[in-house]
Amino acid sequence: MGRLNMVQALNLALLQEMERDGDVLILGEDVGVDGGVFRVTEGLHTKFGGKRVIDSPLAESAIVGTAVGMALYGLKPVCEIQFSGFAFQGFHQIENHVARYRMRSQGRFHCQLVVRMPYGGGVRALEHHSESEEQFYAHIPGLKMVIPSGPRSARALLVSAIRDPDPVIFFEPKALYHAAKEDVPDEIETLPIGPARVAREGRDVTLVAYGAMLAVAGEVARVLHDEDGVEAEVVDLLTLAPLDRETLAASVRKTGRAVVVHEAPRSFGAGAEIATSIMEGAFLSLQAPIRRVTAYDVPFVGSARERANLPDAARVLDAARETLAF
Amino acid sequence: MPRTPVEPRFGLEYLSILDADGTLDAALEPDLPPDTLLKLYRAMLLGRRLDERMVRLQRQGRIGTFPPIKGQEAAQIGSVAVLRPTDWMVPSFRETAAMLWRGWPIEQLLLLFAGRLEGGRPGPHQQDLPITIPVATQLPHAVGLAYAAQYREEDVVVMAYFGDGATSEGDFHEALNFAGVWHVPVVFMCQNNQWAISVPLKKQTHSRTLAQKALAYGFPGLQVDGNDVLAVYAASREAVERARAGDGPTLIECVTYRLGVHTTADDPSRYRSEGEVKEWERKDPLTRFRVHLQRKHLLEDGLEQQVDAEIARAVERFEAAPPADPLTMFDHVYGERPPHLEAQRAELARRLEEAEGRAAAAPPGEAEPSPPPMRGQRNTSRWAG
Ligand SMILES: Cc1ncc(C[n+]2csc(CCOP(=O)(O)OP(=O)(O)O)c2C)c(N)n1
Repeated sequence: MGRLNMVQALNLALLQEMERDGDVLILGEDVGVDGGVFRVTEGLHTKFGGKRVIDSPLAESAIVGTAVGMALYGLKPVCEIQFSGFAFQGFHQIENHVARYRMRSQGRFHCQLVVRMPYGGGVRALEHHSESEEQFYAHIPGLKMVIPSGPRSARALLVSAIRDPDPVIFFEPKALYHAAKEDVPDEIETLPIGPARVAREGRDVTLVAYGAMLAVAGEVARVLHDEDGVEAEVVDLLTLAPLDRETLAASVRKTGRAVVVHEAPRSFGAGAEIATSIMEGAFLSLQAPIRRVTAYDVPFVGSARERANLPDAARVLDAARETLAF
Repeated sequence: MPRTPVEPRFGLEYLSILDADGTLDAALEPDLPPDTLLKLYRAMLLGRRLDERMVRLQRQGRIGTFPPIKGQEAAQIGSVAVLRPTDWMVPSFRETAAMLWRGWPIEQLLLLFAGRLEGGRPGPHQQDLPITIPVATQLPHAVGLAYAAQYREEDVVVMAYFGDGATSEGDFHEALNFAGVWHVPVVFMCQNNQWAISVPLKKQTHSRTLAQKALAYGFPGLQVDGNDVLAVYAASREAVERARAGDGPTLIECVTYRLGVHTTADDPSRYRSEGEVKEWERKDPLTRFRVHLQRKHLLEDGLEQQVDAEIARAVERFEAAPPADPLTMFDHVYGERPPHLEAQRAELARRLEEAEGRAAAAPPGEAEPSPPPMRGQRNTSRWAG
């Protein structure tokens, strides 16, 4: 397929899975004729028709809720929530039903569905268009929670998510939609849900990130190498739930130090879970307290202050250096 | 530029066939063979007797909190009876009688209300969803099922149950809206039992009927006497036939009454009058149907005893069920158990083994402490199951 950006890569995943499996269908606001406000579903309506690419009425609860019914019937709906900030109107369906159907029916039914949504900041958008809410989903037993960090991983993970027998919440870092292109192979590629990826090998400190923050961690690793002669290992989580505790612990057993980076507010966030899991798996290897670099514990700050709120390379670099100097 | 009427007045009907005295409107009577009539009556009776038995079992602490159906037997049986086994039934939490009709074993429902999830598992070929506790949230599921049936071009209709309170929730409106837009084979079966816990209908909605809400979504609504099994049956059959013929959804409002408590944790004397209950007892769906069957010389002797014996046997099987295995809680969270759950399961397994060891060593008479009872819940050790 050549070099694709994340939007094109996601579109390819949907196209190929829909060609392969007539049970896969898409529903959401503006996903049909318009191709989605970010164009992730572009062309699919023309190709597959309105019965499979459904321009639904504007109602997130019913988008998720009707997808539950479709999934219980055996279809594989992929819901698009236009922005993750509006998923709360459907959140109760996710928490009350999507996550529990297997348990509640003791295995008689399960919800094979994907809820895709763009999340995160860095694009100077409005309130409810910039927040990172991954912790709400990662906390719910019964859900899987995936956050790709580039076009190729996005495409492969989305294919896996659609095929996964469990419900998958699929967060798309909207700051990365057009940020970079990557070589994406023609043939369908999958990536297992669960394992993290060591994006860069190192022995001195582990930087843990996901989604749009992976690029920040990568930049910090380069600076540490060039300016400090320090080799940082970068772990790209890819899946928040289930969390790959083993890869995290293995990395920190090697480096003895960890800095966790995420865009969501700090308190009760993913960083706390990641840090605790590192403690449980590599306590005796730790040379310094684990640091979290995150957004502050404040509501949406407005796009004018967004840069001040989101972790950037400077903040992560400071935290990494403090950790190294501890 | 004049004001022009854009929507002619909708005719909204109320259907009643067999009134409270057992008087029949023969012109409207659905054409049902005697054995069907008897089957409907027996199912209503089973629903009633089981309900009464369950209240006693709950008071004895042998099952947990549950929502009784007393008074709503006609609404449930009259509607569910028109479905085929291949159709889908989507219950709320108060559809015990309808579930029995659909083949749920009595002891399984008892297990469910004794707090055991395995009791909520539909049979392998049963096209029923498990009960739904959050009000109205099952309605979009029903619409999704109906969409999927239509997508697969299968001859399947979905019937979804809910109460009057549910019509205030956003999910009710979203579900009806989607159903109308998608034109899918779903029947929305509202049991307007006049109360949502302590809130009466007039504080739930300012509209004159619940049935009329369908009109806003572009499909028919119909009000029926929900204590009249023949009226419910006739209306439901019509709606299901419409759905099957590709003519889209219908909303049916069964005007009925919850004669008992909202749940066994509820005390209705705080919010409604005895007089009101007495008034509705005169409209009891069972009494009038019994009169009707007597007039037709269809009633069999000993039906009560038969039904009670069936319940008694099921209660025995329920009581004989082995205790719940705590380790099964990890079984159906994901299709494949992830490592962290494997670890947590191992942790619990270890603790259970240790506890067993301690119990074997403990002096006799040292019992597990019981959890504090809920309102209306007797404190007994059975509840712990
Ligand atoms: C979303 C939600 N909110 C609140 C409750 C608590 N609750 C349980 S039943 C009920 C009243 C339901 O009334 P109605 O829909 O009329 O059904 P009925 O109980 O009368 O059958 C309430 C408020 C709930 N189960 N779900």
